Amino acid sequence: MDYNERTEFAIDCFLLAGRIMMESGAETYRVEDTMIRMAHSQGMMSAQSYVTPTGIIFSLGRTQPTRITSIPNRVTNLHRISLVNTISRKLTSSIITLEEAYDELKKIEKKNYMLPNYVQILAAAIASGCFLIMFQGIWQDFVPAMIAGGLGYWVLLLVTDVTKVKFFSEFIASVAVGVVAALAVQLGVGQQIDTIIIGSVMPLVPGVIITIAIRDLMAGHFTSGLARGIEALLTAFAIGSGIALALTIL
Amino acid sequence: MDYIIQAIVSFFASVCFGVIFNAPFRKLLYCGVVGMISWLIYFMLTDVYSFDVIHASFASALFVGICAHMLAKRLRVPMMIFNVSGIIPLVPGGTSYNAMRSLMENNFTMGVQHSARVFMIAGAIAMGIVFAEVLIQVTRNMIAKRKKRLGQNPL
Repeated sequence: MDYNERTEFAIDCFLLAGRIMMESGAETYRVEDTMIRMAHSQGMMSAQSYVTPTGIIFSLGRTQPTRITSIPNRVTNLHRISLVNTISRKLTSSIITLEEAYDELKKIEKKNYMLPNYVQILAAAIASGCFLIMFQGIWQDFVPAMIAGGLGYWVLLLVTDVTKVKFFSEFIASVAVGVVAALAVQLGVGQQIDTIIIGSVMPLVPGVIITIAIRDLMAGHFTSGLARGIEALLTAFAIGSGIALALTIL
Repeated sequence: MDYIIQAIVSFFASVCFGVIFNAPFRKLLYCGVVGMISWLIYFMLTDVYSFDVIHASFASALFVGICAHMLAKRLRVPMMIFNVSGIIPLVPGGTSYNAMRSLMENNFTMGVQHSARVFMIAGAIAMGIVFAEVLIQVTRNMIAKRKKRLGQNPL
C-alpha cells in the first residue's frame, strides 16, 4: 500500500469507528476524542474531526484528504460503543494494526449485538412494573403496567421493522400502552390510570437522550446538543399525542 | 421495609434498562447496583430530608458520575454504560410525559410548567455528571503533582 492509499484507508477506519459510536448513541465529545486519538496513534498529528448526530467530517489538514460520512439512524446500543472503545484502545497502544482494527470494526458494523426480542420485551415489562412502584404506585397495578409496557415495547419493535419513521412507531406504541392501561382500569384490574401509563411508557420516553443532549451542550457541542434535544422533543411529542389519542377514543 | 422494596425495584429497573440499551452482559450487575444506589440517595433525600427534586437529582447524578468513573477505569469500558444505567431511575420520564399530556389536552399553563421542570431536572442530572468528571480530574491532577514533588526530594 503506498502512502496515499494508506491515508485513505486510515480515514476509512476512523470514520467507521466514529459512525458506529454515533449510531449507538455515544456522547459527541467522546466520539471526537476517540477519532483524534486513533489518528494520533497512526502519526497523523494535525487531524481534525467535527461530529454531529447526523454526520461526521474528518480531515487530516491542508493538502491531505477530507472526508464526510452521514449517520442515518441512531439507537442506543452500549455494547457496540464498548466494543469500538476496546478496539481504539488496542490500536492506540499498538496491540493491533490498522488493518486488523478495520476488519474488527467491519464485523461490529454488520452485527447489532442486541439480545433476542423476547428478552427485550420481558425487560421492558419488568422495568415498567418496577417504575410503577418507584413512582408511588400500588402493587395491584403492577401486572397491568407490566402488560402495557411489554406490549408497548413489542409494538414499537414490530412497527420499527415495517417503517423507518421513528416518530410513527413511537406514536403507535404509545397508543397501545394507552389502550391497555385504559382497558385495565375500565375492567377493574387496575386502579390508578396515570401511574400505570407513566410506568409503562418509561421504556419509550427519551429521558436519557434529553440528559445526553444537555451534556453535549455543556461540553460546548451546541449543534449536537440542539439536534439531540429536538430528537427527544419529537419522541416526547409522539408519546404524548399517542396517549392522548388512546384516552380520547376509550 | 419501604427502602428495601425501593432498592429491589430500582435494581431491577436499572438492569432491565441495561438490557434494553444493550449494555455488555457481564456489566449488567454493576449497572443495577449503580442505579439502585443512585435511586436510594434520591429517594432518601426527597423522602426523609424533603429536598427539592432538582437538588436531589443533582446529588444522585454527582454520585453516579463518580461511581461511573471509578468503575469505568477499573473494568476498562466506556463511562457511558454506567452513566446511563445510573441516571435511568432519575430521568424525568414521568414529568416529560405529564408535560406532553398537558400540552395535548390544551392545558398550556401546566404544560409549560412541567416542561420547565423537565428541563431543570435534566440539566441538574447533566450538571451532576459534569461536576463529577471535573472533580475527579482535579483530584487526580493534585495527586499526580504531589507524587511528583515527593519523588523529587525524597527524605
